[in-house]
Amino acid sequence: MDSYLTSGESHHASGEHTHDEEGNKMFGFIVFLLSESVIFLSFFAGYIVYKITTPNWLPAGISGLEIKDPAINTVILVSSSFVIYLAERALQRHDLMKFRLFLGATMAMGSYFLLGQALEWNSLAFGFTSGVFGGMFYLLTGFHGLHVLTGIILQLIILVRSFNPGNYDTGHFGVNATSLFWHFVDVIWIVLFILIYLWQ
Amino acid sequence: MTNISVKNVNLPSEEPHHESPGNWKEYFSFSTDHKVIGIQYLVTAFIFFLVGGIFAMVIRGELITPESDLVDRTFYNGMFTMHGTVMLFLWTFPSLVGFANYLVPLMIGARDMAFPRLNAVAFWMVPVVGILLMASFFVPGGPAQAGWWAYPPVSLQNPTGHLINGQVVWLLAVAISGVSSIMGAVNFVTTIVKMRAPGMGFFKMPLFVWAVFSAQIIQLFGLPALTAGAVMLLLDLTAGTAFFDPSKGGNPVMFQHYFWFYSHPAVYVIILPIFGIFSEIFPVYSRKPLFGYKVVAISSLLIAVVSAIVWVHHLYVSGTPAWMRMLFMVTTMLVSVPTGIKVFAWVATIWGGKIRLTTPMLFALGALIMFVFAGIVGIMLSSVPVDVHVNNTYFVVGHFHYVLFGTVTMGLYAAIYHWFPKMTGRMYYEGWGKLHFWLTFIGTNLNFLPMHPLGLQGMLRRISSYAPEYEFWNIIASLGSFLLGMSTLPFIFNMVVSWMHGQKAPANPWRAIGLEWLVSSPPPVENFEEIPIVISEPYGYGKSEPLTANIQNQSHPYKPHS
Repeated sequence: MDSYLTSGESHHASGEHTHDEEGNKMFGFIVFLLSESVIFLSFFAGYIVYKITTPNWLPAGISGLEIKDPAINTVILVSSSFVIYLAERALQRHDLMKFRLFLGATMAMGSYFLLGQALEWNSLAFGFTSGVFGGMFYLLTGFHGLHVLTGIILQLIILVRSFNPGNYDTGHFGVNATSLFWHFVDVIWIVLFILIYLWQ
Repeated sequence: MTNISVKNVNLPSEEPHHESPGNWKEYFSFSTDHKVIGIQYLVTAFIFFLVGGIFAMVIRGELITPESDLVDRTFYNGMFTMHGTVMLFLWTFPSLVGFANYLVPLMIGARDMAFPRLNAVAFWMVPVVGILLMASFFVPGGPAQAGWWAYPPVSLQNPTGHLINGQVVWLLAVAISGVSSIMGAVNFVTTIVKMRAPGMGFFKMPLFVWAVFSAQIIQLFGLPALTAGAVMLLLDLTAGTAFFDPSKGGNPVMFQHYFWFYSHPAVYVIILPIFGIFSEIFPVYSRKPLFGYKVVAISSLLIAVVSAIVWVHHLYVSGTPAWMRMLFMVTTMLVSVPTGIKVFAWVATIWGGKIRLTTPMLFALGALIMFVFAGIVGIMLSSVPVDVHVNNTYFVVGHFHYVLFGTVTMGLYAAIYHWFPKMTGRMYYEGWGKLHFWLTFIGTNLNFLPMHPLGLQGMLRRISSYAPEYEFWNIIASLGSFLLGMSTLPFIFNMVVSWMHGQKAPANPWRAIGLEWLVSSPPPVENFEEIPIVISEPYGYGKSEPLTANIQNQSHPYKPHS
């Protein structure tokens, strides 16, 4: 990532200062993501404790959650992590066309995931207020979905910026951060999928 | 500062994006200068300290007689809830962030924080929090009444039936304060890790910086848990979910876990910077190097780590199983080890020193004495049998007021006096400072010491009327609180008059060691004309080696007028 940050000519021209600022931004963003992951961990810990200690865990009339569609969704979301990595690699090689192509593909996969989740929510027989399970389910999937949406918006921003050649070098922090955020969202989903869908 | 080489430097006057910090209008603007933001934090926090203090005097006024006769119970509940909330979220946190903002970049030889705009945004959220909380007096049903800890199911009650009620406004304010704190924490950690001057390794950092670093790590990894709990409580209140509502199958004790997983470590977020302030002040006014620098530095991090595994001591009587109580009793007592190391280091620093009892030193010594007392009581409270006996009584209230007023607020006063010349370029009046100290010290003990016997005798907290046998100690405590209220008057007078008319301060009036004392008072906009290269250990009092390679201290010590 470091070679990537210094690959643009303007970094050489403006010297060490710019490089430091980029490094600070990335460091700060990583620190922020670590903090953000504690919110998810707190929800996960709550989910585990509630599941173990609540007598009637699933709402009345519900025997469990359908796994097939969420599993397909999971595969698509996790694959998109590799696709955004390919986008990053393409930008490193100054191949803007491929960068845009892979980024577009990532956005499509993320959108498919969100659509799948919306359809699932629509088909479920329980709601947000159906006991602790209902609340936890919608809270976790909803909060994660909000992060997926944020990721897609970030991707849209760096995609639009890539059409302005002036942004080509300065956009690197944005690209790195967006990519890191997307990996983060994917890893969170894997834990979430295991907790909610596989551990029933 | 006349003989400094000026190659490769941006002279302060050439920097276009900051105004001179001497211009008072800048304190009301969206400034990105860490020094302006630091003072903005401090002044804002102090205004809310006065507000929280008035609430406290209403509470003590009510408690001066056994009957509930001064205010009605709903208003009384609002008073103690708002007193706790204001003092924590609008006085102790922001004032310490103010000092950290002002001092950290100066102490590590940086020109500003890593993210100046983020810094300014984080500050401006604080007045928003304050205005929201104050506005809650005017919503139907008045302000939140469930105490600063907002335990459900009490906090889930909504007798007015309105969606916008005191508790919802309270949660919103706390959430905004949390966002502001996370922004600040990201900024501080990045600044300290990435922006130290050349030569300043981690073990050459001043201990205040170490303390801020450790405290902000707690913010980063503790605060999200409170945020999670607050979101769930808000959903229970507004959207009908069942997380903490026992009538819907929820579990109210879960909220206590979320709340204390952050809110106990939060005590260390507040007190670690105070420890840092002690470590800065004692060596200066004892003219001795700090005893055991490295151990004191590492003990800050240790406190941060251990603090994450003590929260259940707030839940001893919440149905916590015995094995878990034992576990958390041990971890809680463990905190006293790194804390004790610090106390011994400070005492060893003062021991045999050439002590100058100026106002900052008096306040720091007073605060240290209060802290030792609070620490001993704290160890008593960590023990399960004692805690079960005095749980929810004034004994606990007395303990944490010795921490939060005796130690934190008095430590803050020490810091304000110590760095006042640096921040304003003026000296304060020593006589008024000493008067302020003695009023505060006597007031603190009169106010909070009686709470211990009251608690041991069984007087519960958060009540507006009590049995007549508790009256004697309550009268003493109330008189102490009014004395504390009065004690702020000489302070305010001193600060205002000194800032306007005080004697001009030299760069280093206390002959202190530390990068912040190498620059003029107040410091120039960009702090350092040339980034210093640090070559010696901090706290080298009595040693002749210079502190930095490229800045020499030209200023003369301050000599007060006779």
